[in-house]
Amino acid sequence: MKTIQKSKQFKFYALALVAALTFSSCSNDDDNPAPPVNEEELITTVTAIYTPVGGGTAVTLQYKDLDGEGANPPVITVSSDFEKNKTYNGTVTFKNELANPAEDITPEILEEGVDHQLFYQTTGTLNPFTYGTASSNFDKNGKPIGLQSVFATTGAASGKLTITLRHTPNKSGANVSAGDITNAAGSTDAEVSFSISVQ
Amino acid sequence: MSKKIHVFFWLILFGNSIYSQNTISGKITCQEPISFSGIHIHIGQKISSSDASGNYSVNNLPNGATKIFISHLGYQSIDTVIDLKSSLKIGFKLKLNITKLHEVVIQQKNNSSTKSVAEQQIKLETIEKYSNQTLGDVLKEVAGISSLKTGNTVVKPIINGLYGSRVPVINNNVKLEDQQWGTEHAPNFDVNAASKITVIKGASGLQYGGDAIGGLVIIEPLSVKKDTLFGKTILNLDSNGKGGSISSSIHKGNDLGWSWNALGTLKYMGDKQTAAYVLSNTGNREANFSGDIKYAAKKYNATAFYSYYKSVIGILSASHTGNVNDLYQSINNKLPSVINDFTYNIKNPKQDVEHQIAKFNFNYYFNESAFVSFQYAFQFNKRLEYDVRRGDYKNTAALDLDLKTNSLNIDFKKSGHDWNFKSGLSAATQNNYANPATGIRPLIPNYDKIDFGAYGIASYNFSDSFSVDGGLRYDFSKIDATKYYQKSRWDERGFNEEFSKFIVGDYGTQWLTKPNFTLHNISASAGFHKKLENNWDIFTNLSFASRNPNPSEFFSDGLHHSTGVIELGDLNLDKEQSTKLSVTIQKKFNQFSFEINPYINHIQDYIFLKPVGFETTIRGAFPVWEYQQTNAHLLGIDVQTHWDINNYWQHSFSLAYVNGKDRSKNEPLIDMPPLNLNNKIRFSKKEWNQLILELKSEIVLQQNQYPDNNFYTNIIKDNEFESVLVDISTPPPAYHLLHFYSEMKFNTFKNTNTTVAFSIQNIFNVSYRDYLNRQRFFADEIGRSFQIQLKFNY
Repeated sequence: MKTIQKSKQFKFYALALVAALTFSSCSNDDDNPAPPVNEEELITTVTAIYTPVGGGTAVTLQYKDLDGEGANPPVITVSSDFEKNKTYNGTVTFKNELANPAEDITPEILEEGVDHQLFYQTTGTLNPFTYGTASSNFDKNGKPIGLQSVFATTGAASGKLTITLRHTPNKSGANVSAGDITNAAGSTDAEVSFSISVQ
Repeated sequence: MSKKIHVFFWLILFGNSIYSQNTISGKITCQEPISFSGIHIHIGQKISSSDASGNYSVNNLPNGATKIFISHLGYQSIDTVIDLKSSLKIGFKLKLNITKLHEVVIQQKNNSSTKSVAEQQIKLETIEKYSNQTLGDVLKEVAGISSLKTGNTVVKPIINGLYGSRVPVINNNVKLEDQQWGTEHAPNFDVNAASKITVIKGASGLQYGGDAIGGLVIIEPLSVKKDTLFGKTILNLDSNGKGGSISSSIHKGNDLGWSWNALGTLKYMGDKQTAAYVLSNTGNREANFSGDIKYAAKKYNATAFYSYYKSVIGILSASHTGNVNDLYQSINNKLPSVINDFTYNIKNPKQDVEHQIAKFNFNYYFNESAFVSFQYAFQFNKRLEYDVRRGDYKNTAALDLDLKTNSLNIDFKKSGHDWNFKSGLSAATQNNYANPATGIRPLIPNYDKIDFGAYGIASYNFSDSFSVDGGLRYDFSKIDATKYYQKSRWDERGFNEEFSKFIVGDYGTQWLTKPNFTLHNISASAGFHKKLENNWDIFTNLSFASRNPNPSEFFSDGLHHSTGVIELGDLNLDKEQSTKLSVTIQKKFNQFSFEINPYINHIQDYIFLKPVGFETTIRGAFPVWEYQQTNAHLLGIDVQTHWDINNYWQHSFSLAYVNGKDRSKNEPLIDMPPLNLNNKIRFSKKEWNQLILELKSEIVLQQNQYPDNNFYTNIIKDNEFESVLVDISTPPPAYHLLHFYSEMKFNTFKNTNTTVAFSIQNIFNVSYRDYLNRQRFFADEIGRSFQIQLKFNY
């Protein structure tokens, strides 16, 4: 009769296991789904404002991609042309407009200046952009961060300006401090291009 | 088979030599008062059983060598051969033994696959060599298995050209979860916990699920078979990575009653090195524990098992690139963009993986030939992926996933003289939780999954030389996911037409959706095994299997940092269906044996990642890869030979070739292993402290069959845009590596012995890249490495 007792025991185990399986399945939180994740670190908007020395119209370049890695293409605007024979001082800001409220990421980049550098590349007949010389444009090691740039125009010209923000670049690479991206390595946090012209 | 067979003979000669038809009879005795009726007696070709007091008799036995096999549940079996010249009277004495129960369990596992597929086994001796490496590395010992790697620590097995959830890994009868998260996850398993690894190439292991389109890896831990206490410690030191591991295990066995095992492993490695430079941030750490406790009685046994696996893996710094231009620079520079001095530190990006299994198993034996087994298992996978992030998020994981799986299996097995039957039910629930605190939209959404399966497998031996088998399985799956889709992505994917029913909420720029899928699958397998004369064996198996799309294949949506591509899943995906015909021919000569295994696998709706274009984001342009389906055709052959040249020298050879075709497009499939050839020559001499010297050559040819997915991008050079080709398709050139292994055994103390092994991997420090390493765009494979292993058995 031992066998029968065993088989009862056996059924008990079976039931216990089925019960364990049922109760340990997931809790029902369907009615209150967690809100969507706000991408806190994302950069959706890059704005560069170039103010002419000695007065005149400032030029605003903006690159906005409100769905981040979503499918919609970015919206690129250039407020006006640059004027000939002028020197423009520019500052770049980075924003996350997907966060609520919108978040300015620029202070973070400044704070971690050692790990960031901006590069300005031009094509066509445009003059090169150089780094601003204010001390706030350099990290604690004296290497450029590059949020501030200078654009000195001469004659009429046109082309593309590409602004690149590199994360953990090799700032001591050859010519990197001078603004040459070739040996900078690191990874790209932002890379935006504007068609601009000098009239 | 137990060695401890105690047989007592009393032979009385009847002396009737005129007739060649003899009778064997006698009495079976035992110390314990038991019922003797139904004791299984097998003499020559005849089967009988004893009466209530233990008497038995078998008639009409011919002269000659006659096999006697007597077994009774809970007792040691008696297995002997006598040279029969006349009728005999023999008495046998049964001895209590729990080992017999144990062996039934093992046998069940061995028979779990069909007999028409030749299984490949990796034995403990080989597993121990890889004590400091990964499961994927050990498995490469079998012809036809290669590995899909992400760096050098994340290694997944590829069987006959297929990987990922097409190759389930079964650890101690529990199917390891987390493959549904994608391809960059190594099996969460410490190789030191395996005592035997079996590879089944093909979908014949219906017991474990019907989705093993590629094959199965079945890992069995060590089990204690007798009343004993023993253990071992393996210490490894590796020059490449300047680290090592220590693994210690102890096993306590008992004839009847309680027995237990415990094993712990610690691993600590720094940056690995190629022939020319340090692979920065490729260190790893591991801490594992597993143990079980078992109670065995005459008719049943119960086991509780627990295992904890924790691993922190550094991801090559240089593989964290940004956009297409960065990828172009990496490919063209041929040198990683980040090379730092050697360090043990692991920085971001890194993976932090934890996996726990708790399992309870109960086996009940109705009688000698039938038993039922119950298993409940709980698995908890935790995965944190850290990326290079800014500001407050520096130390927050970019991906934070929890996966909980409950599973219940009931299996029943009955065997007769010529046949085996096995059937079972399985049920599982799974919950995946993606923590939103990461501040990054998760690649894999929250979901709940329910699975239910039922199977039956039977095999029949028509004769000693011919057996057939067949099996059928049904699986039901239901997935309920909760995912936010950006409206722009939802529209671009064209989901609105068919899937607007999934939308349950509007959150401005995002839809809240609840996609759900119900899937039914049938899988089947049939085949035969024929033994021909002169040691020829032919195995033939035809299998049909279905695999449902993974959550990663359905739902992936976003940037994959390690590869710098945007990966997109597809809600439209259908299940994959494979029909595979595989033949194995084995032949054993006196000193030489070979095995040839050609196969053809037709996969309908094969799912793969395909580059489809570009997307411009604020970070620049990214190539977009999406999951697509096609009809694929895999044709391949595996060859293995073994040659005992003389008492001291042995040679073995293996070759694997697979040709994968996209039949819809008539072009090669991506990520198919290239032709590889392995030669191993071994010298062993027992007299010299069991010396073994081994030289292994590994040749991997260049893969010439690949689809061209190259694309052009613009970079600025000398103030002008220049269009450049980003070559992501061309496989790296062929390579040839040589490895050396040597070992000697010493008796240190009474009952203990020590094995000392010294090995060199990649003797000539060859620089090479591997087509199946997802980081091949960024860095070389590891260079030369000296390893010392000390193994203490006690």
